[in-house]
Amino acid sequence: MNANLEPMVKFESVTKRYGPLTVLDDLNLEIRRGEKVAIIGPSGSGKTTVLRMLMTLERIDGGVIWVDGEPLTHVQRGSGMAPADPKHLRRVRAKIGMVFQHFNLFPHMNALANCIEAPVTVLGMKKREAEERAAELLDMVGLADKKGHYPAQLSGGQQQRVAIARALAMRPKVMLFDEVTSALDPELCGEVLQVIRKLGSEHDLTMLMVTHQMGFAKEFADRVCFFYRGKICEQGEPQQLFSAPQNERTRQFLRAVMDAV
Amino acid sequence: MGIPSLAAMLIAAMIAVAVLGSGENAIFMPGLLEGLWLTLRITVAGAVLAVVMALVAALAKLYGPKPVRWLAIAYIEFFRGTSALVQLFWLFFVLPDFGILMEPFTVAVVTLGLNVGAYGAEVVRGAIQGVTRGQWEATTALNMTRVQALRRIILPQALVAMIPPWGNLLIDLLKTTALVSTITMSDLTFKARTLNDATLKTIQIFTLAFLMYLIVSLAITIGMRYLDRMAVRGMVRGRGGA
Amino acid sequence: MIWDWNYTLAILPDLARAAIVTVEATFISFFFAAILGLALAILRMRGGVVGWVTSALIETIRSTPLLIQIFFIFFVLPRYGVALDAFTAGIIALSLHYGCYCSEVYRAGIEAVPRGQWEACIALNVSGWNTFKNIVLPQAIPPIVPVLGNYLVALFKDTPLLSAIAVLELVQTAKILGSENFRYTEPMTVVGVTFLILSLISSAGIRWVEKRLNRRSLR
Repeated sequence: MNANLEPMVKFESVTKRYGPLTVLDDLNLEIRRGEKVAIIGPSGSGKTTVLRMLMTLERIDGGVIWVDGEPLTHVQRGSGMAPADPKHLRRVRAKIGMVFQHFNLFPHMNALANCIEAPVTVLGMKKREAEERAAELLDMVGLADKKGHYPAQLSGGQQQRVAIARALAMRPKVMLFDEVTSALDPELCGEVLQVIRKLGSEHDLTMLMVTHQMGFAKEFADRVCFFYRGKICEQGEPQQLFSAPQNERTRQFLRAVMDAV
Repeated sequence: MGIPSLAAMLIAAMIAVAVLGSGENAIFMPGLLEGLWLTLRITVAGAVLAVVMALVAALAKLYGPKPVRWLAIAYIEFFRGTSALVQLFWLFFVLPDFGILMEPFTVAVVTLGLNVGAYGAEVVRGAIQGVTRGQWEATTALNMTRVQALRRIILPQALVAMIPPWGNLLIDLLKTTALVSTITMSDLTFKARTLNDATLKTIQIFTLAFLMYLIVSLAITIGMRYLDRMAVRGMVRGRGGA
Repeated sequence: MIWDWNYTLAILPDLARAAIVTVEATFISFFFAAILGLALAILRMRGGVVGWVTSALIETIRSTPLLIQIFFIFFVLPRYGVALDAFTAGIIALSLHYGCYCSEVYRAGIEAVPRGQWEACIALNVSGWNTFKNIVLPQAIPPIVPVLGNYLVALFKDTPLLSAIAVLELVQTAKILGSENFRYTEPMTVVGVTFLILSLISSAGIRWVEKRLNRRSLR
């Protein structure tokens, strides 16, 4: 019972700098188990960096990220924190999965092979078992008949759905979605969002998504965070944030986004 | 040039050899073909060494610890910066002074392999670095180790990308084998020269030798084009996304 | 096996003379190669039979050993009444061989100029030749200068092949000195080091030229 009270992901005073530019400034953010959080904001606000640091694709310049009660890139030593060794890092990182804006499928493998590669190589799963699980996942994302297809033979929406199945094959506890529909033609977004919706309702996943799909965020997310210049400007339940934003900047952003529709 | 044009040239060259090498010129053919055989053996052996050296040096330069990296860089810069003929002469004339005696065939293969291998290392490095960053990030997201990522995801894609440049390097290797005639190895060029000295049928002999080199060269080029075509089947080179 | 410094110093004057021959051969050949390359590139772009034949010629020369081509020009041409001394024959062979490489470089540079430039000239009723001369070529050349530079270095490293027809360049001179004095180590090593240093300097120089060119164009 205690475990349920601890946040699944916690950013504790996290800072990220690129040279003289501070991209994330003393960020404090807690995400509960099973919570679905949408991160919105203008470009350069640091929202993608949040995901990338959690996935250890970027280094942290200050603060600590906690995942499932443990620090991600540090280990506790005595009263302080020391940088984590690779073994610890990989162990904690295993709980996180990510879907990318540009899919990043392995082009020399078909859909099924993409989904079994990591389970076999990293988890040591038997090939037969991995293939069965991958087939299930591809079926869940609606691509059972495309198992043998190569990425070049699939549409953008189909590729992204394979990417989701691939990430799920590693049984992560946290799923990160980095603008996963931004590279898709508008008519292909729906199929991907549908899969994400399904994931949200059928699985117990903690989901963190950077998105420009305001409509989807409003209907799907438990909480929306509006980022501005490296800080959380405003956050709250989607109903409240979208219809009655309290911060002027939030209002400006939402107005600009809605105007563009 | 497209494959059909290359194939047309290849067939034309083969017909020319058949025509030129018949009748009174037929006596040159055995000697020239013997030389060609040695040329081919040196080319193949040199190619194997070159590929191995290229892979080792490129991986060392990209991922090795500092001293290994420096060694790889020194190897690459040295063999690319000096002339193949100078390298050949040095290994052939100077090494014996140091007490290292090697058969001419070994000298030839080692020199050419190391020389082309140095150029090959840059080709390999370029191909590995050409694989999009997104592929590396996907492997991190799937919690693969660096070695697993290199072996299963990055290198396979790099190997496809490096086929065309390697085709050019193999041709260069073939052309460079002609240099071994200057250290008295009986390759095609050497045979052509000795036959010329003996019979002074200069035009026929050198034309035949020239055509034979051309035939092997075109065969390599066409072969590599097919290899490239097969490797790309179904796959968009190096990218798994939009 | 100890290095003989006295011997080294003694042979330096001969090697210096040979170096001049090497440098002469390099620059004269490259001059002609650069011009020939442009001519071949233009011929190739013509299309039709002329274009195909030029392509085949370029492909043939690039696919066969430079050494054989040197022998061809030195040994075969006299059969047709054209007697050449070794140095001239060497220059011709190098110019021809590297002219073909340069033609590919020019072709790449010309094809890299956006189609729109040609189309704008058609709209302005500028003749094809003037378009090429005044608009396309000036845009095509700067990006490919570094690549041409690389071929200059490659040509320089191929001058030792002229030793096969006894041109008194660096390697041939080293061989003669070595056989005269029964010691190859010093002359060969000095020559090898000379090539290495000159080629490293040239490569650095080309990279510098490349940087400067990149700074000027806003690409």
